[in-house]
Amino acid sequence: MNFPVLSVITFTPMVAALIILMMPSHRRNETRAVALASATFALLLSVWVYFSYDQATGGYQFIEKYNWLPMLGISLHFGVDGMSAPLVLLTGVVMFTGVLISWGDEDPHVKAGIQDRPREFFAFLFLLAGGVFGVFVSLDLFMLFFFYEIAVFPMYLLIAIWGWVVTREYAAMKLTLYLFVGSVVSLVGALAMYWVQYQNTGVLSFDMLVMEKAGFSQAFQIAWFLPVFLGFAVLGGIWPFHNWSPDGHVAAPTAVSMFHAGVLMKLGAFAALRVGIMLLPEGAKYWSWLIMTFAGIAVVYGAYIAFVQTDMKYMIGFSSVSHMGLVMLGLSTLNQNGLTGAGVQMFSHGVMTALFFAVTGMIYDRAHTRMIPELGGMMKIMPFAGVGFIIGGLVSMGMPGFSGFVAEFPIFMGVWQTQWLVAVIASISIVITAAYIMINIRKVFFAELPEKLHGHVGDITVLDKIAIVTLCLLMVGLGLFPGLMVPMVQTGVENILRLLGGA
Amino acid sequence: MFTTITFASILPEVLILLLAILIFIVEPFWKAEQRRNTGWLTAGGLLAAIVLSLLFGQPGEPQTTFGGMIRFDWLGFFFKLLFMFAGAATALLFMDNEKIGQRGEAYLLLLASLLGMNLMAVSADLVMLYLSIETTSIPLYVLSGFMLKDKKSTEAGFKYLLFGALASAFMLYGFSLVFGFTGTTNLYQLVEMFQVGSLSVAAAFGVLALILVGLGFKVSIVPFHFWAPDVYEGAPTPISGFLSTASKAAGFAVLVRLFFIAFPQFAASWTLTLAILSAITMTVGNLLTLQQTNIKRLLAYSSVAHAGYAMIGVVAFTKLGVTSVIFYLAAYILTNLLAFGVVMAFSRVSGVDEIKDFAGMSRRNPWLALMMLTAFLSLAGMPPFGGFVAKVFVFAAGVEAGYVWLVFVGIINSIIGVYYYLNVMKYVYLYRMPNEDEEKHPIPLTRPYALTLAVLAIGVILIGTVFAPWFGWSDAAALTLF
Amino acid sequence: MDFISTHLLSTILFFPAAAALVMLFLPKEEAKLHKWFALGASLVPFVLSLVVWFNFNPSQPGYQFEEIYPWYPAIGSSLHLGVDGLSLSMVLLTTLLTPIALLASFSINDRTKAYMILFLFLETGMLGVFMALDLLIFFVFWEVGLVPMYFLINQWGSANRNYASLKFMIYTMGGSLGLLLAVQLLGVLFKTYDLQVITAQWSTYTAPIGGIPASTFKTVAFWAFVIAFAVKVPLWPFHTWLPDAHTEAPTAGSMILAGVLLKLGAYGFLRLILPLYPAESKYFAGALAFLAVAAIVFGAFASYAQTDFKRLVAYSSVNHMGFVVLGIAAAAFAASTADAHIALNGAILQMFNHGLSAAGMFFLVGVIYERTHTRNLEEFGGLFPLVPVYGGILIFTSMASLGLPGLNGFISEFLVVRGSFGVGVNSVPVMAVYTAVAMLGLLFTGAYILKGIKKVLHGPMNEHWAHGEHKLTEINTREIIVMVPLMVLILWIGLYPAWILDVINKAVVMLF
Repeated sequence: MNFPVLSVITFTPMVAALIILMMPSHRRNETRAVALASATFALLLSVWVYFSYDQATGGYQFIEKYNWLPMLGISLHFGVDGMSAPLVLLTGVVMFTGVLISWGDEDPHVKAGIQDRPREFFAFLFLLAGGVFGVFVSLDLFMLFFFYEIAVFPMYLLIAIWGWVVTREYAAMKLTLYLFVGSVVSLVGALAMYWVQYQNTGVLSFDMLVMEKAGFSQAFQIAWFLPVFLGFAVLGGIWPFHNWSPDGHVAAPTAVSMFHAGVLMKLGAFAALRVGIMLLPEGAKYWSWLIMTFAGIAVVYGAYIAFVQTDMKYMIGFSSVSHMGLVMLGLSTLNQNGLTGAGVQMFSHGVMTALFFAVTGMIYDRAHTRMIPELGGMMKIMPFAGVGFIIGGLVSMGMPGFSGFVAEFPIFMGVWQTQWLVAVIASISIVITAAYIMINIRKVFFAELPEKLHGHVGDITVLDKIAIVTLCLLMVGLGLFPGLMVPMVQTGVENILRLLGGA
Repeated sequence: MFTTITFASILPEVLILLLAILIFIVEPFWKAEQRRNTGWLTAGGLLAAIVLSLLFGQPGEPQTTFGGMIRFDWLGFFFKLLFMFAGAATALLFMDNEKIGQRGEAYLLLLASLLGMNLMAVSADLVMLYLSIETTSIPLYVLSGFMLKDKKSTEAGFKYLLFGALASAFMLYGFSLVFGFTGTTNLYQLVEMFQVGSLSVAAAFGVLALILVGLGFKVSIVPFHFWAPDVYEGAPTPISGFLSTASKAAGFAVLVRLFFIAFPQFAASWTLTLAILSAITMTVGNLLTLQQTNIKRLLAYSSVAHAGYAMIGVVAFTKLGVTSVIFYLAAYILTNLLAFGVVMAFSRVSGVDEIKDFAGMSRRNPWLALMMLTAFLSLAGMPPFGGFVAKVFVFAAGVEAGYVWLVFVGIINSIIGVYYYLNVMKYVYLYRMPNEDEEKHPIPLTRPYALTLAVLAIGVILIGTVFAPWFGWSDAAALTLF
Repeated sequence: MDFISTHLLSTILFFPAAAALVMLFLPKEEAKLHKWFALGASLVPFVLSLVVWFNFNPSQPGYQFEEIYPWYPAIGSSLHLGVDGLSLSMVLLTTLLTPIALLASFSINDRTKAYMILFLFLETGMLGVFMALDLLIFFVFWEVGLVPMYFLINQWGSANRNYASLKFMIYTMGGSLGLLLAVQLLGVLFKTYDLQVITAQWSTYTAPIGGIPASTFKTVAFWAFVIAFAVKVPLWPFHTWLPDAHTEAPTAGSMILAGVLLKLGAYGFLRLILPLYPAESKYFAGALAFLAVAAIVFGAFASYAQTDFKRLVAYSSVNHMGFVVLGIAAAAFAASTADAHIALNGAILQMFNHGLSAAGMFFLVGVIYERTHTRNLEEFGGLFPLVPVYGGILIFTSMASLGLPGLNGFISEFLVVRGSFGVGVNSVPVMAVYTAVAMLGLLFTGAYILKGIKKVLHGPMNEHWAHGEHKLTEINTREIIVMVPLMVLILWIGLYPAWILDVINKAVVMLF
């Protein structure tokens, strides 16, 4: 038992949230500094976890286990495998950059970032971050739900309080209800699994490593796979339950959008994988065609809807639906390529949307509009943000040399191995994506600066630039050197394939 | 035989009585403006009673004392501790309520009611049970109507009295029938007498229905809930808090003991009826809550719904079921007291209790807003607050017993719950006071409030994170029924 | 030195990209520095590729200067580079044209830093396609090249650039969609993307895929490849993006677009389609030949109908590239025959030649456009007396494009026609008909080239350009320096093609 790094990562944001709450509300910059310091700390730890994970050994590492409620077999059981380590890193990155871009600019003309009650904002955001970390590292089903819900409810407050005035109340409530419905449906499934395991083995345990061996009957798996998987997949933005997601993205303040699209949606996909597919493999095999259908529709439909949007955030929101559809598509293949791709895509998409939302937020804060037709000429004003957005766009359209390609390619290969027709249909989205991204970039960044925006739109701050550079480097680095992440994900995939019974 | 065990079995009650006498003596010597200190005295005394009971009054093997009147076991003991804690918190919340804070008799009535509740939790005999229920209820009738000049309060007291009396009459009738059929009033002997087959189904149904009416009134399950909103709204807020938590928990304590000890065989066949009642209670409670604009009425209806959730554990009719009910009640007592406490603290300064009046509260007192958030999210069943874990356990028990449909009803209801609880938080955090600068209207917290609310909030978080000890106690309590 | 000699190809490939990264840190305002730095950086790969050229052993079969590094082991893809006679000539063309195009862009003064960076990235993208011996890497560079080109057109293009650049992007991406899917399929089947492995296995692959007979799948995959490359070549009817893109692109962009990017498509036909789908290419060679002839004829007609000088040159690319595909189609009909080799020799040389002449032509159009700010042929006329040197160079280059004997175009077109006709006479009569029709197209090539020359240089002089502020100035030294290497090569290949044909021919004989 070494340094309990995973619990430190998980509880750092929560402790930081408490500390921030204790600070006097008028010490705004001190609050932010504490936030940044703890985010940096969490980032460094997650980087450390990522790089000291022993890929040769594979399996779950950095394991910590504390009995929490032995009577019901609940334990605080933490550990990461090749699937979750990249996601922990992603959370660290998004948290760090999210704090950076929320720092903002107190100049009354700009008023970028979070200027209203930053103390509460960071506290809630960090509570959310802690929950997210917790889900990724939990190996105990009960704790997974525990952290899952912690990650969900601060969203309501963050969106409703600091969101976009026009739709925030509606969007926040819609989002919360959707996610809550999904998670409790999954919860019932998890409880059913818990009791059936008890009947089968006589062991009361929420430990997922124990549950893997519970020997659920095929009928049971088939009956419960859909509620469990889809319940989580709601948060993953799976069609036809994706409706909350674009609304939520649009209404959320920038850092929350980053978290939401960058990390939270991964939470859904990850939990669906870990609980749905890994614990109910037979059910997964039985229903994979349905998941694949949903995902295939999401990919194309999301891209098409994104294409017709005029609000940048809606566009990115729907593009997230499309890209998360690819993740689901990868998961539904249940083979090595597809799952590997899904793992990498989760990371890639997380970084990419975080960047998209960051840049959109910077533009909105300064231009006070996100409508694509009303914008223009941003490249001259904020070249850094422009280049960042372009790189994000290239990732989004799966351009080789960037992380999106590295992720999407194996997914498509996996789909080829199972159902080639879906691969063909889903590939249409690539062209649609290229079209709307290019149109958007051209209009927003290169077209003439509209009259209305003359004068009062300025460049972004240094902190914003650091955030953009961090995110861009990750995307390009992963795109050029897939070896940085893919072998890691593969070790996780091997474990899943073992549960699926060879294949 | 009067042994140490006999004494230990009523140690908390004795201590409460001593405390009451002490207050009775001391209070008249205090000047009017000092009388609010009775609150400190009551709370301190109750806490001391809790500590002393824990030190000297812990039950060992379950025993029956006082000639079969009282059952000395963990189930009763754990509930007693909960009641006394709730009583202490309520006493502190009394203090700065201008209507009752300086009236010593309020504290005495509270203690009297507390005495009754304690006895409810341990009654092993129908006669004792009835007496303790009345001991609990009568002081509460008075307290509800305490503010004589306030029409709503008078109405609340009177309404509560009428409905309460009616319900007790039903229950008493049921008890008498039981005695008539079996010739005994002792719960633990009823089991043998009350075998299936020794009684016609219709008769058994009638008896149980009558008793259920009485208890249903106490725990406010639909359709015996309609007194609750009016009483909660009209009664002084600390009383509402006390009614909705301790009083309800006492009802559950009786319900659990009665059904598991006295009528286990019938109860097993009754679970479906209870399940339907539970489903209706949750649904009606939640749907009615949706329309409320007054915070106290909202909490009242939501407490109806919570009775429904807790019932799932009873319906499950397993050890985990009972454990989860007890755990649920423990978490619920803390949470709802916190919720009422926040409402009190707010209304004391602002003088209003409509939901819309909470606009801008987070700017007027961020800490109070955070505590309200804690309470409401816990009620909604979100981690890391007690409500989440409690709900999960109750649902787990439901799934274990095969009542998946009931759990799904519970889930749908929790979702409705999330909606209206968050809706309140929207006022607190999102909306602004119309045309006012919130900074100029702060909500200061007096010391008793700050202390109580902080303790409750920490308790709610503790029960939601470090839930093992609480669960252990609940489990020990449940174990005595099997 | 040792490192460079063993990593020659990767150095050539990544040097421009590395230079572009360095350029990121150059100060923003120093336009002159940017230009010279980029030019210098692009000369390094050129010199190195000359080194490769002279150390290359044409008689040795297989690939030379091979390098292999793991890239994406999870799906069996590695950075596998190597050249043979076919790709080496294309590499040389690329490294040659890039500095020339950069020199041609010295007249750009708007955001030079970004421009030069994009140009250098573009070079890496193009070189990667020619060097890749891994299907996935091929695809990666294939797509990567798109992005800088898009921005070059979109940012430094003329009036209608938005439409043109998007069309370029969407057409190419849409076209390569099928390629992407087919590449994925191959990867799934063989667990590797190594070109040599796949080539060996795929051409004889017969097991059904997903319950569908392999032959059906192969046919579909064949067409997926063909469409992807046909869009790029561009083959009629997929050519409509080209006139728009060319017309709107900045001069140097057009040079590279016509000079190198179009070759990527033809290269794809040679490197991938013929080896991977010998049976399908033979079966569908008639259709390909038809499309090629259509491109030749319609390209020529369309070109003749233009009033925009640049559009005229653009359509001429369609026309010329049609010959490349015609040669390929003929070779597919009768693989491994002498006629096929002749046709392929012609096709590959035509690729090289068109690179030279089209780049030259676009540059010359750019030269006059920069001075007059119009490309409308009707507004020129009789300019020869005003700019005799320019006129001479234009005529010279046009003649190369037209296929005048003694210049390079003649050699390659002759070989293509000779090979195709030979195929027609010896084995497949329909080919002879196609070739005959293509000759008709060649006639019109003459017509539109002469029309262009006439409209610009001859006829009644448009007095507008003779006096005052609009007075047309003569071509300057820098511009002549740009043209000199092109003209030298044009003439050299025209008079003595053996030095390059030797390399190409040996490769062709070994490959096909």
